[in-house]
Amino acid sequence: MSKTQITAEPGIPQIIIAREFGAPRDLVYRAHVDPELLVQWLGPRDLATTIDHYDARNGGTWRYTQQDPQGNQYGFHGVFHGDPSLDAIVQTFEFEGAPGHVCLQTVTFAEHGDATLMRTVVAFQSVDDRDQMVASDMERGVRDSGDRLDELFIKLAAA
Amino acid sequence: MADDQLSLVFGALADPTRRAILTRLAEGEATVAELAAPFSMSQPAISRHLKVLEHAGLISRSRRATARLSHLEAEPLREVTTWLARYQRFWDESHERLDDLLAALQASPGTGPASGRAATQATQKGNDT
Repeated sequence: MSKTQITAEPGIPQIIIAREFGAPRDLVYRAHVDPELLVQWLGPRDLATTIDHYDARNGGTWRYTQQDPQGNQYGFHGVFHGDPSLDAIVQTFEFEGAPGHVCLQTVTFAEHGDATLMRTVVAFQSVDDRDQMVASDMERGVRDSGDRLDELFIKLAAA
Repeated sequence: MADDQLSLVFGALADPTRRAILTRLAEGEATVAELAAPFSMSQPAISRHLKVLEHAGLISRSRRATARLSHLEAEPLREVTTWLARYQRFWDESHERLDDLLAALQASPGTGPASGRAATQATQKGNDT
């Protein structure tokens, strides 16, 4: 059972990603703004992430690439809006394989006892954008089992 | 699945009555009357929902004597699942790694405060399994 909750409401150009971490808020935050930490966790293990630059301040830009085991490279870049803080990290995100299709990501960190509830809201330009971005940018092997279907079914029925 | 069909499936799934109908059909085929029973809704209203589901390819319909039977079609749902599974896998694995990293950072004090302002060249470390 996965601990990361992803909510994609039909018809709304948005995805919400939520997860609780057993670490203090400032440490979870730091793992997002320190590129040397970010590079150690962003993306699945079979993708090698290289950060070109990561200027975590108001108006600062960032860019990184991810390479899959077949040697295909995927580039991503964006801009920070407002100084990142414990309250929120706001940034744009653009996959270089689909220029002009930009989304706005807001990451927040809430104290939850000793844990931290991290919540990322990704706002897309349109529902089509959301569907296509996800479909095109992560074309990699995915288990397509009946279990997954059941899980989705339960999720949709409970929504 | 073509993108427009993905949109049709998402559109069809946007309605709670239609999701309830699909959940019921997951148990087996049913007539319009059987599907309408749990809802305070007329059979024609249920029929309209069935039409939307059929158009999206989520159900198929057949006849038994005078009754029309609806069946769940799993394939479009599987496509949507695949779509979500990609995204889910990306974040699941990222967050598992973040969990490990946070545990390692907490186990080794003296790693210092955030250096997030630094615009540095960084590459993947070898300690992330």
